[in-house]
Amino acid sequence: MGQYVLRRLLQTIPILLGVSVILFIIVHSTPGNPYAYLLGPRTDPKMRQELMDRMGLNDPLPVQYVRWLKTTLSGNLGYSIRSQRPVTEMMAQAIPNTLILTGSAFLFGLLLAIPIGVVSATRQYSAGDYAVTTFAFMGISLPAFFSALIMVYFFAVKWPIFPMNGITTPGQPFSMWDLLYHLILPTITLGLRDMAAYTRFTRASMLEVLRQDYVRTARAKGLAERVVIYKHALRNGLIPVITLLGFSLPGLFGGAIITETIFSWPGMGLLSFTAVGNRDYSVLMATNMFFAFLVIMGNLLADILYALVDPRIRYS
Amino acid sequence: MEAVKRTEEIVHGVAPKATSLTSQVFRRLTRNRLAIIGGAILILLMLISLFAPIITKVSVGWGRDEIDIRYIRAEPSARHPLGTDSAGRDNFTRLLYGGQVSLSIALSSVVVYMAIGVIVGSIAGFFGGWIDNLLMRLVDVVQSFPFLLLALTIVAIRGPSVANLVFAILFLSWPVPARLVRGEFLSLRERDYVEAARATGASPFRTIVRHMLPNAMAPLIVNATLEVAGIILLEAALSYLGFGVSQPTPTWGNMLTEAQNLGVLTRMPWLWLPPGLMIFLTVLSINFLGDGLRDALDPRLKQ
Repeated sequence: MGQYVLRRLLQTIPILLGVSVILFIIVHSTPGNPYAYLLGPRTDPKMRQELMDRMGLNDPLPVQYVRWLKTTLSGNLGYSIRSQRPVTEMMAQAIPNTLILTGSAFLFGLLLAIPIGVVSATRQYSAGDYAVTTFAFMGISLPAFFSALIMVYFFAVKWPIFPMNGITTPGQPFSMWDLLYHLILPTITLGLRDMAAYTRFTRASMLEVLRQDYVRTARAKGLAERVVIYKHALRNGLIPVITLLGFSLPGLFGGAIITETIFSWPGMGLLSFTAVGNRDYSVLMATNMFFAFLVIMGNLLADILYALVDPRIRYS
Repeated sequence: MEAVKRTEEIVHGVAPKATSLTSQVFRRLTRNRLAIIGGAILILLMLISLFAPIITKVSVGWGRDEIDIRYIRAEPSARHPLGTDSAGRDNFTRLLYGGQVSLSIALSSVVVYMAIGVIVGSIAGFFGGWIDNLLMRLVDVVQSFPFLLLALTIVAIRGPSVANLVFAILFLSWPVPARLVRGEFLSLRERDYVEAARATGASPFRTIVRHMLPNAMAPLIVNATLEVAGIILLEAALSYLGFGVSQPTPTWGNMLTEAQNLGVLTRMPWLWLPPGLMIFLTVLSINFLGDGLRDALDPRLKQ
């Protein structure tokens, strides 16, 4: 197992390099001069040329890439064109906020989906099961930005129960309750889709397991239905759900871009979106790489979890 | 053979009709009520979008970008059934035209990247070896990109336009069908009939197109159907954020952008609810249809 993980980790290095090369080409394929803003419109063209030369911005792309790689590997992610702040500092501030939001959305989705999915599977074809299936279908079909707008419209405007945006009430000292209060609407927005997806997944997985012979054996032994379902079936039924943990990681962070933008939640999503709007090269490189790294780690995590929870799977 | 036929005649009273795989799948699909409803709504939406110019001309009489200058952000009325947007354009008219753009972008880009994916996957799965290795590492790299963020980055860097939006979708989406086809081909390659085709001297192209691809179609069809929903959502999200299709061309996504204005969001739900509901309805129908197709194409999944 340890060897397998190590090999997989080593395999991520060439993939990350490939990602960074393509990303670098895309980010630097811009028409026009993105540094015009930095230098101001009234800079003398000759001086601008000289400055660009000195900063190495007129070098061929491969040279620029190697320079970027060197500085990045030394832990320097460059500076934001707009705010002039170091990108590492901006990310250090944003990542915890995103973790709070994605973490709570994930918990919200999982904690509701598993019981709903299990109950729905045990009562297949009942009215409740149809209601759950229909709701789950609707949940995966609802675009996140639309559900966010509806949520804001009803619960922040029509009945102003929750704040419309932000992470804390401005001008107030920080308190846990205030944060939780601001967290509710973005959490539901971000978690809703995953909740629907997990519900479908849990239900399908449980239905599959409930057809297995060992479940019939357990029933034949005369075990109580409760024991059959929650002790024998659930354990196996949850195996595929657990692997979702890894796969849902990138999706959650991707959804965070929309959710954070709508709710002005100062995390990685909002940081990325602002960088997109400003064509902020170094920030775009850093956030894209960060998310790519998460995608790769998510896949690896899914595989490892799969092996950990299912003794039938062995990696060599 | 004769004996079997006679027995069946005795058992059923009549000889069973020879059924092709396609008609079997179709029969199974039509028995799924949700899939049929989804398919029907989808066809209806496509027809409405296709005939948007005629329908709007007859019903309200406004052009797509026509501005009714004294009616800016007007309430719904006989003159404007869904009100007007902040430029004074008829919202109902734009809703129908918006479907045209959203649906055609999604359908055409799915067709194109499916083709790319099938070609790449076929080559990788058929030839194997270093070609497969190289192509699959490329797939690994592209699949590691954060989808939404890189799509935003591409459109932002290259400038918002339909061409760049479609380019971003194509660039990011082809690995999924490529993986599917490759996986199917790896197992199909070992089948006897493929070997037979090869032994008779069929060219790789002929072997792939005539013998292997038809047997790899089922998962591709399901995937393509569900992907249309995914692309509609992606286009809508990008257009909503201002990095997709830009004004004055309406799409359901960029019509929702109106709701970024607090006044519109709070007091004019007729402006942003309809396009959102249209996206929702379209995606929901596609998901119903795709799910039904999956069950119909793979009877093993249904008990």
